[in-house]
Amino acid sequence: MQRAVPFAITFVTAFVLLWAVVVPPIDQIREEFVLFFDILAAFAFLLGGASLLGRHGRKIRRRARGWGFSAVCLGAFLLTLIVGLLKVGGEGGLAGSVTAEGSVLGWIYEYVFGPCDASLISLLAFYVASASFRAFRVRNAEATVMLLTAFIVLLGRTFVGGVATDWLPPELAPLKIPNLVQWIMSVPVTAGNRAIMIGIALGIISTSLKVMLGIDRTYLGEDA
Amino acid sequence: MRSRGPHEVEGVVGRRVIYALMLLAVVAPMVWRISFKERPSAMTRDIFAAIEALPPGARVVLSYDFDPASEPEMKPMGDAFSRHLALKQARIFYLTLWPLGQGEIDMVTRRVLASEYPEYRYGTDYVNLGFMSGNEGVISVAMTDLKKGFPTDVHNASTGVDGGLSIMRGIDNLRNMDLIVDVAAGYPGLREWIQYAAVPGRIPIIGGSSAVKSPELFPYVPAQCLGILAGIKGAAEYEQLLLERYPHFDRPESRVALERMGPQTVAHLVVMLLIIAGNMIHLTRRRREGGAA
Amino acid sequence: MTRRLAIAIVSLSLLLLVLIRASTGVMANPFNDPRALGSWTAAFFTLCMLSFLYGDNPFFRFAEHVFVGVSAAYWMIMAFWRAIVPNLLGNLAPEIPVALFGMQLPLDVPLTQRLIYVVPLVLGLLLLARFLPRGRTLSTWALAFTVGTTAGLRLVSYLATDFMAQISNSLQPLIVLRDGGIDPGRTFSAVILIGGLLCSLAYFYFSRERRGALGVASRIGIWVLMVTFGAGFGFTVMGRVALLVGRMEFLLRDWLRVL
Repeated sequence: MQRAVPFAITFVTAFVLLWAVVVPPIDQIREEFVLFFDILAAFAFLLGGASLLGRHGRKIRRRARGWGFSAVCLGAFLLTLIVGLLKVGGEGGLAGSVTAEGSVLGWIYEYVFGPCDASLISLLAFYVASASFRAFRVRNAEATVMLLTAFIVLLGRTFVGGVATDWLPPELAPLKIPNLVQWIMSVPVTAGNRAIMIGIALGIISTSLKVMLGIDRTYLGEDA
Repeated sequence: MRSRGPHEVEGVVGRRVIYALMLLAVVAPMVWRISFKERPSAMTRDIFAAIEALPPGARVVLSYDFDPASEPEMKPMGDAFSRHLALKQARIFYLTLWPLGQGEIDMVTRRVLASEYPEYRYGTDYVNLGFMSGNEGVISVAMTDLKKGFPTDVHNASTGVDGGLSIMRGIDNLRNMDLIVDVAAGYPGLREWIQYAAVPGRIPIIGGSSAVKSPELFPYVPAQCLGILAGIKGAAEYEQLLLERYPHFDRPESRVALERMGPQTVAHLVVMLLIIAGNMIHLTRRRREGGAA
Repeated sequence: MTRRLAIAIVSLSLLLLVLIRASTGVMANPFNDPRALGSWTAAFFTLCMLSFLYGDNPFFRFAEHVFVGVSAAYWMIMAFWRAIVPNLLGNLAPEIPVALFGMQLPLDVPLTQRLIYVVPLVLGLLLLARFLPRGRTLSTWALAFTVGTTAGLRLVSYLATDFMAQISNSLQPLIVLRDGGIDPGRTFSAVILIGGLLCSLAYFYFSRERRGALGVASRIGIWVLMVTFGAGFGFTVMGRVALLVGRMEFLLRDWLRVL
């Protein structure tokens, strides 16, 4: 029962979605299943929030190391939740948009969440530069090819790339850096990415079939 | 605080020097207002031409699938698309598969459409369907019944026949759309729109993608996707084309990506120099160690 | 001690400079303008996050925890107002969102449809049941539904778009003709594209020892993949730098107003 019910649910859902492509009468059922999936995804967001509440709440209760920051986290969480659920400040009140003009949630999004999100990711620019200096080593021919391609792309995606090879005669136009970048992206990079794409597609198809047929049950916490 | 060994000190000091160099590479061109004219690529011109060819009243889905983390790259693209579509009098259906994308749509509708196109009326010329959870499941439902996937817009008006949204009349699903434009920074994004809408529904699709994701998506061009604007460079090229075709766009808010290409160029050169410097230091050390041995 | 003193002096000097600029009207005053208050708040959180470049510190941890809390709550709010209320309640009991929240939803939902939508409600509650002492087993039923739907959706879409369509895209003439003769440029590109694809696929074939033709093809495939990864690195650098440019633009133009 513990394994049979989830396996049956997985099989039936995947089966309906699969066969709806070729059996139009069951497309209506497919549509309902996918709508249920959309709603379930929303419940997953609730699960995430509840999980955060539980984890940081336990940390505060135990006065574990760093519990002050957990209090900050929960404070921010609860404040945002309240102003969002009650649609505080927005035009139209509860009947209006959750991110309406003048809403506190909109303010938090624009001046707290947005800057934090953007700044955290912008740190990667520094780390990319640092990693380029420390780790990008030309040890063999393959690495040299990778480096040269990276250089051509880096130059070609800027003004310098366009200007640097402007002097080339029309017969050598394909060697102008912007044209070279265009060719690299549309030929060898497409070939490489296409191969990776086909490989991933085969992997997903086989995994989906294994999940559907109950061969892979890792999502239930069991060995495949 | 424990004392650091010589190698660790060098690592720490070196790292901060690199960070300072990167900061300088980005800030200096901004302060000195270094910017360049862009030369749009063939792909960008194809994308521009596809939107130019839209007749008035064309129905276009504009999906904002990004969050504030990707805003510097994606927002200029989204704004440029919004301006161009509004100029072509297309009927724009804004929606998003990212929870944080709804805030981005709010910003573009208020700061671009409402302020620059006051004649563009909400509910008639454009609508904000907002966010819906479910990732590719949302696209799958919308391909059959758009109103079931998005029963209300962000202002809680019904998208059905009894709602006040005249733009939704005659729209059953995504197959009624003339074009899909997806500005996406990751998953769910352009790949999902191609897989679940463009290919099965044979709907033309144009993409704007973050630079990181773009190479993975080029295999879809041109058979499954008309073209992709890749990163800030793609956005700058599109802004350049808009400026050339419509000179009245020559104002700061329409040149955001173009202005950012100056710091971008200098930073690229710095990264290249760092790679060269790193390899030269490494080679020199190896020769010294080889000589000492 | 000297380093900390130096950092403290520099930070205080910068703070003083900023306060002077704000009080003289060069920068927006946060005490009489809500948008200016927002800019200053945004600048504070931006600098807190960027302080991680020096090292982990309380300012960064504060901003990080605020970010996590706000993010989790924001996702929950969007899920509730944009999905659960209009899609679930709107089908199960539309009278509630119409009466309580002023939503425009059709009230004439047939009983059968209302009963059908008990299913996602039950599945959602089962998912949340993992917090109960014996709820983990029940929550796997909801998880099974999610996994089954994802498997069904992706099997078809990846087969059609990423497998068959990509193979179809690659089936193009190896020798491209133009004006009665061979177009050397396009022919070269076609050979590289198709040959590169086949060789890259050969590299990912691990079921046989790489000898003979397979070995040669794998070696060529590695080269093609190196070009792919090099381009990927270039685009990655471009993407990350653009994000930094955006943040610096905010600090210098919108907050400090030096641009």
